[in-house]
Amino acid sequence: MNREALKISLPGLELKNPVMPASGCFSFGEEFSKLYDLSELGAIMVKAATHEPRIGNRTPRVAETSSGMLNAIGLQNPGVDHILDHELKFLEQYDVPIIANVAGSEIDDYTIVADKISKAPNVKAIELNISCPNVKEGGIQFGTDPETARRLTSRVKEVSDVPVYVKLSPNVTSIVDMALSVGDIADGLTMINTLVGMRLDGNGQPILSNVTGGLSGPAIKPVSLNMIYQVRQHLPHIPIIGMGGIATADDILDYISVGADAVAIGTMNFTDPMICPALIEALDEKLGEMGVGHLHDLKGRAYK
Amino acid sequence: MKNIMTVVAQNRIADKIHEMVLEGEITGSMKTPGQFVHVRINDTTEHVLRRPISIADIDQENSRFTIVYRAEGEGTKKLSKLGPGDTLDILSPLGRGYPLEQNAHVLIVGGGIGVPPLYELSKQLNIMGVRTTHVLGFNSKKDVFYEDKFGALGDTHIATADGSHGMEGYVTDVIRTLDADFDCFYACGPKMMLKVLSETMDLEGYISLEERMGCGFGVCYACVCETAEGDWIKLCTEGPVFRKGEIIL
Repeated sequence: MNREALKISLPGLELKNPVMPASGCFSFGEEFSKLYDLSELGAIMVKAATHEPRIGNRTPRVAETSSGMLNAIGLQNPGVDHILDHELKFLEQYDVPIIANVAGSEIDDYTIVADKISKAPNVKAIELNISCPNVKEGGIQFGTDPETARRLTSRVKEVSDVPVYVKLSPNVTSIVDMALSVGDIADGLTMINTLVGMRLDGNGQPILSNVTGGLSGPAIKPVSLNMIYQVRQHLPHIPIIGMGGIATADDILDYISVGADAVAIGTMNFTDPMICPALIEALDEKLGEMGVGHLHDLKGRAYK
Repeated sequence: MKNIMTVVAQNRIADKIHEMVLEGEITGSMKTPGQFVHVRINDTTEHVLRRPISIADIDQENSRFTIVYRAEGEGTKKLSKLGPGDTLDILSPLGRGYPLEQNAHVLIVGGGIGVPPLYELSKQLNIMGVRTTHVLGFNSKKDVFYEDKFGALGDTHIATADGSHGMEGYVTDVIRTLDADFDCFYACGPKMMLKVLSETMDLEGYISLEERMGCGFGVCYACVCETAEGDWIKLCTEGPVFRKGEIIL
């Protein structure tokens, strides 16, 4: 098997392949480690870490929609110190770079977490979570106001020992304005986070206790593709990790075609826990069938 | 954990209630009553979330097990259309089931679609020599199922909210009329039923909860519940069965 075709080099990240589980859809990997060797993955985007432990929102926290799901977990996590001592420690046994998702309510929360977590030996990059729609007391405003996003990215860059990728929210008027606001500071972008949505039950009541949640899954793939397509035209060189509804090797090729460098798999990890290794295999086979020497030979072909 | 099972039989056994028998190797790892399977609806991306369904009956000899579910939403309605020879992608067995304790006489209380896992529980307790008395509650006569099957294992009492079958009222109304010394109770059903039982039964007990799930194996943090100590734990891996009082209902 010619895995050379899948190797990707990004700031801080030497990826064996472009496939990684997206934050929030993989916890911290321990459950999946019982199913397959985590070293097979390109990288792992672990669940968001906040300064203090968070219990998250009340249930129900998920609801299915047509080809998608809504979630309003609310960043439940045991706090950065616990994650450093336990979850990231556990992952050290695997030969896989970790991208630590950093979340918070205020700038100081972000910088404290980024400072600490970027020093973990296996954390090779930070994903700055300025776009979680499910946390009432902050977070989302960082992802919807270009100036605030820029200020936060700049502060986190100052304290981080590893490259910083900013996760963009699709819940904005102009994704290009948001990308441009952080584009000369961040080492890369990850896009997109979930779209705000809601679902009602048969009695006309919202299913989620939070009323709204983040829409993910195949339903959002066209939105994500378009946003990456737009951003790539304005920022031709910034590394972009694309995500949103990837379920097949063809979906991965679509993301590469609009200019993404690598991809993350989210909701489909719930549908099929074996999807990440299956897609690495399928992608390799697909490139072989197409006679493509390297995945990035297809990068940006949507513009040609 | 992920397996393709073959449908052996499927029958409608009450209003919107379907019983499906599946065959496959993974049945060998199903030991504890109260565990569940997480069923993928089909191989398209139309339904991205699996459906958690409890295991109602395990037949190790024939590598078969039975699930009973309500075909209410779009996904479960599709499941109800499957027939012999069709296959189903399931994650199994998941969760922590009921502890099997060597008591003399136990009370088993089920409500609606909470009834199915109690059948395998009662079966295994009977094999251990534990006497079981069952109280099963439904809304109406059209919703009643497994009355005879439970009846073959021990005394079985039915309550219906509208009085169309068995005693009119709720399971607690039936329990008040029982004159027996129970060592312990096991229950599965609506949260309100579990809450009332937990608060009124002066017995040790085990309850099984239901919650909307994402992954079913501890990754997504969707199905959490609050413990008496104030921790938020995952129902899919720490439950769905809990000791009475362990969880805030």
